[in-house]
Amino acid sequence: MMEAMTRGVPAIEVTGLSKAYGSLAALRGVDFTVARGEVFGLLGPNGAGKTTCVEVLEGYRQRDSGEVRVLGRDPGDRELRAHVGIVLQSCGTYPHLTVRETVAHWAAMYPRPRQVNEVLALAGLDDCADRRARRLSGGQARRLDFALALVGDPELIFLDEPTTGFDPAARRAAWDVIRALRDLGKTVLLTTHYLDEAQALADRVAILQDGVILAEGPPDQLGASRYRVAWRSADGTLEERFTEDPTALLHTLTAEAVARGESLEDLSVTRPSLEDVYLELTEAVA
Amino acid sequence: MTEAVPWWGSAWRQFRLERRMFWRNPTAAFFGVLLPLGLLAIFGAVFAGRDEDLAVIVPGIAGMSVMSATFTSLAYNLTTLRERGILKRLRGTPMPTSAYLAGLAGNAVANAALQLVIVILAGKLILGVDWPRDWGSMALFAAAGVVCFTFLGVALAHAIPNPESAPAYVNAVFLPQILIAGVFYDADEAPQIVRDIAQALPLTHLVEGLSGAMIDGEGVATHSVSLLILGLWGLLGAILAVRGFSWEARRDP
Repeated sequence: MMEAMTRGVPAIEVTGLSKAYGSLAALRGVDFTVARGEVFGLLGPNGAGKTTCVEVLEGYRQRDSGEVRVLGRDPGDRELRAHVGIVLQSCGTYPHLTVRETVAHWAAMYPRPRQVNEVLALAGLDDCADRRARRLSGGQARRLDFALALVGDPELIFLDEPTTGFDPAARRAAWDVIRALRDLGKTVLLTTHYLDEAQALADRVAILQDGVILAEGPPDQLGASRYRVAWRSADGTLEERFTEDPTALLHTLTAEAVARGESLEDLSVTRPSLEDVYLELTEAVA
Repeated sequence: MTEAVPWWGSAWRQFRLERRMFWRNPTAAFFGVLLPLGLLAIFGAVFAGRDEDLAVIVPGIAGMSVMSATFTSLAYNLTTLRERGILKRLRGTPMPTSAYLAGLAGNAVANAALQLVIVILAGKLILGVDWPRDWGSMALFAAAGVVCFTFLGVALAHAIPNPESAPAYVNAVFLPQILIAGVFYDADEAPQIVRDIAQALPLTHLVEGLSGAMIDGEGVATHSVSLLILGLWGLLGAILAVRGFSWEARRDP
């Protein structure tokens, strides 16, 4: 079986991936690797190339150049479909079928599906299992998307902007489902333009902007080598300095302050949050 | 790797699902069942007692029903499925494309058969037109019409940019054809230019074949040219249907 063939291979390997639409370069040499069982977040503003990237991995789009392996195979390989679950950005279902009928129909497409009832429970659809799809709320419809991506018991799940346009309660519910996927040992590739979502869910994050990855790493360590040192100068203005060596910078600052007979009010040394890194990186490029 | 889900099982399940959705959708069920019946009733009333005219409209409406059940409904359905993203979603599953399309086409065939039965029954019971005189030949022409118009319907769906414009595209093809193909009147009474155009179109030949089989008891041999022309249109439709198939709505990237 496929697992045996590809065990040990990373879930996703992308090297030098490029893709243009006419003269518009959507991806310009993207590299990243997603390990098995990892939740990987592709973070970036709208139009950064996230969906293009995911749709190349899902096999929907042809790449122009670069190496892409999904579960050790070319993404165009139809055999992959049985092992990959896809939640597209916006995608409908049959309006006249109930939730349970839809999930059952999808289950029958896969060689080794999960139990329909189990999937309904996992996706939080118990309450509306017998409701027709056209009567679902936005949040419920999204949960049905999750259920359909899960029902084939895939090893790898793609989630393209899974909570865009959600109210906070629906967002939390979707996050719970994604955490449940991680607990099942699934590999998840998630795209989002919400920082808190990447921070809350992803084991590792790559920041994508204008088709290039600007930074990559665990969300709490991203940009960790750059410390922010801040203080209030004698005239009361807030000063800040970024450094990779806070000890040396503090030594210089404090020595100078002592020499001038001043104190450094509100002196602080902080590691930047994901938000700081994200804003700094994306603004620098824009 | 072996394919764990058999092809026939996938196609059959898709067919069953399409049937269930057809009956749950009131608009589709209405147009599928009541429209041919309503047309027969109207023309039956207009032509009451004029056996010659009744003998024209029964095979005519049978042919039109075959076309609307396959060509029209597939062109509409595929456009809507594409726009809603359902086709794209299905593309991401292991279900073979051919099994999906077979299930979808099977649904259209079932509707065509259902409408044909309704038209024949109503023709006999309400309008007093005799039972079809050559069942075998009628079935063959109906089958040829179904295949031809199924492919043409899938092919047309590619040309339609979005569901809003679907009625314009479909009616631009469907309405002129039913008007000049001799569905509602004897086409021989039309001017020469109209008859020449009609001779190039598939519905004309479907109606001719059905009329020959149902009313005059003529076998396939008499209308072999019509069968050939239906076949050629079907072939053209098949090529366009396979070459142009798109899973996604056209949007700017």
